[in-house]
Amino acid sequence: MISLAGRDILQSWSKFVLTGIGLGLLIGVTLTMAGVYRGMVDDAKVLLNNSGADLWVVQQDTQGPYAESSSLRDDVYRALLGLPGVARAANVTYLTMQVRQGDTDVRAMVVGFEPGQPGEPGYLVAGRHITRNHYEAVADIKTGFQLGDTIRIRRHDYHVVGLTRRMVSSGGDPMVFIPLKDAQEAQFLKDNDAILNERARTAANPSLNRAGVPGLLEAIQSSQNANRNVNAVLVQIAPGATAEAVAQEVRRWKHLQAFTRVQMEEILIAKLIATSARQIGMFLVILAVVSAAIVAFIIYTMTLGKIREIAVLKLIGTRNRTIASMILQQALGLGFIGFLVGKTAATVWAPFFPKFVLLESGDTMRGFVAVMAICALASTLAIRAALRVDPATAIGG
Amino acid sequence: MKLDSLYSRKVGLSLFALLLLVGFGFVIARSGPLAPTKVTTTRVEAGKVSPALFGIGTVEARRSYFIGPTVAGRVQAVHVDVGEQVKAGQLLAEIDPVDLDERLRALDAAHARAASAVAAAKASRTDAVAKKALAELNARRYRELGEKRFVSASAVESKQQELSSAQAAVEASNANLQGAQQEVVRLRADQDGLRQQKDNLRLLAPHDGVVISRDAEAGSTVVAGQAIVRLIEPDSLWLKVRLDQGRSRGLAVGQSAAIVLRSNSSTQLPGKVVRIEPLSDSVTEERITLVAFEQIPAGLTIGEMAEVTVQTAAGQSGLTVPNAAIKQTPQGAAVWKLEDGRPILVAVKLGSASLDGFVQLVAGLASGDEIIVHSERELSEGGHVKIVEQLAGPKK
Repeated sequence: MISLAGRDILQSWSKFVLTGIGLGLLIGVTLTMAGVYRGMVDDAKVLLNNSGADLWVVQQDTQGPYAESSSLRDDVYRALLGLPGVARAANVTYLTMQVRQGDTDVRAMVVGFEPGQPGEPGYLVAGRHITRNHYEAVADIKTGFQLGDTIRIRRHDYHVVGLTRRMVSSGGDPMVFIPLKDAQEAQFLKDNDAILNERARTAANPSLNRAGVPGLLEAIQSSQNANRNVNAVLVQIAPGATAEAVAQEVRRWKHLQAFTRVQMEEILIAKLIATSARQIGMFLVILAVVSAAIVAFIIYTMTLGKIREIAVLKLIGTRNRTIASMILQQALGLGFIGFLVGKTAATVWAPFFPKFVLLESGDTMRGFVAVMAICALASTLAIRAALRVDPATAIGG
Repeated sequence: MKLDSLYSRKVGLSLFALLLLVGFGFVIARSGPLAPTKVTTTRVEAGKVSPALFGIGTVEARRSYFIGPTVAGRVQAVHVDVGEQVKAGQLLAEIDPVDLDERLRALDAAHARAASAVAAAKASRTDAVAKKALAELNARRYRELGEKRFVSASAVESKQQELSSAQAAVEASNANLQGAQQEVVRLRADQDGLRQQKDNLRLLAPHDGVVISRDAEAGSTVVAGQAIVRLIEPDSLWLKVRLDQGRSRGLAVGQSAAIVLRSNSSTQLPGKVVRIEPLSDSVTEERITLVAFEQIPAGLTIGEMAEVTVQTAAGQSGLTVPNAAIKQTPQGAAVWKLEDGRPILVAVKLGSASLDGFVQLVAGLASGDEIIVHSERELSEGGHVKIVEQLAGPKK
């Protein structure tokens, strides 16, 4: 028995293939849109993974350090290290800012971390970790910086000694890692003009610049320029202890806020990127509906185009089942080609997106099932039309 | 003809299907959960690690002088300006003496008067001595006359009493004279004291040096101890360097240091650790070290920032690993080792590290073991990896 569907496809294969490719690009766009959404969520998750922390300790009544600003004294970590169940604790600062290199600047999240402690990039793709405790940087490859580059953050130049990959903030900005002390300076120290103005302002205050108390002004000014704040303390839990128990302890006795991994993920995904994720999700739904409609129409019109041939088939006594299976096979074939093209296209163009696009295999599988289901569903419409054809049209015209 | 076209169509269609499947297969293999993680590897080899410390310092003067008055007063004149070289003993500034000159004049007059009092006391002593001599003659004569019974006993006793009085008068005038002379000494001492006070208002340079700041001008009032002029010894400039406590193992006096001044970032100047402060900063967790220049560069300014690299030990041989390969875990340092092409996490013990990113390996791995240095994502135990030459950057 010959395959009717195969024969028909061979008859007009260029049309079939081109339709399949067109359909595939549409499916590719839909898959990419799903990837953009997954990418946003993944950005938030890698931020948490890369920090290597089990517990985030931040300022009381804030949801920092990512969703809100938080400020802690940098000696808090010593008190935390003394708590039972805490294996390691380290200060960390986060600041999103423009990092300059020559004439251009790159938007990046500057992370101040302590080498060898939580917060350090977990793996590098090139170069080495920081060995000096000042003026060295590890940059994400997305910043475009190369090993050996000199970049400028506020008042100091930093040498790029290492490169990382997929180290991004929840907003997708690539990270630049610098030593904590430098980051504290960069975050809280102002530019030279601002410092000079601040000094003049202090000096103009008669209660701070008193004739009878030499040295008072200098003392006040030097205390204004010192900064002992960080944004969060990252805590790793000792084996055997639970994060929630330690977090309870911190909240109750240290009067600080502590978030476990689950809570942090909740904050990032449910609060920080909620609106933009919903925006993308809405768009994704519309795109999926439109794609389904287009697939249905393509198959329908394809069948209508063959209405005379179907009439001839009917005239020579072909059974309805055979005709229906031909249309279904063609629809599924079209869907299959479309899916392959779409998946390939999405994977090919995904890396060129400025923000991360994550094509999950689960999404791909779901996409495949959906495409096949839509094709099958759409073909019923076409089959109905085909079966209604009067065989007489083959000769009547 | 018909058959031919059908055949070519079949071929074309199957070619397209093949292309599509190959492309799709390629995509599946290269991305997604089936794709291997690209890594770069190296072998554990014997190497040399020269441990060094890096810190930030500021230029400071080892000896600086704050020149100011010992009592509150008004500045009368400041004779030197910032940047001037001064010699030891040079007059730097003067404080207004207010009434010191007048008080000195009063003391001069009092001194003159005391000298006159001495002269008067001397004269009255001469008078008393003369009176005593006469009284002695009289007393002796009356005693002889009394013995021969020419005069009455009472007359003799009266002359004897006159002699005693005259003697007492001499002693009194002696004491007077001494008192007057002591008064002169006292007033002279007063004068000297006041002059010294006046000298004290002239602020002199205690040492050769350079004026680094002029903090008060003529007419301004300063309190005791407040600096009017600050001096430093320019040949005592050194660097106060802050080094991270966590890495400061092996730091010792005498170690050589390379100094890069911010004003001249392309030149390394040789230096030496001359002091490690016994007190380290507990707030910033830094050790404070003083590093001296081998030769102080010209045009060095106080407060300038410098980057200092201290060589803490001679090169140490042994197995080394790049620090990019080290993964810190709550249980300690570990390294991804490749065993039969699969990564496994091996706990290691590390020694000293060098600034160029190599760490000495104490235990955990053997020479020739293949370890993963860079990876494009987080590795997992036994995961699928593909070894490449490099992951990022321009092709070598």
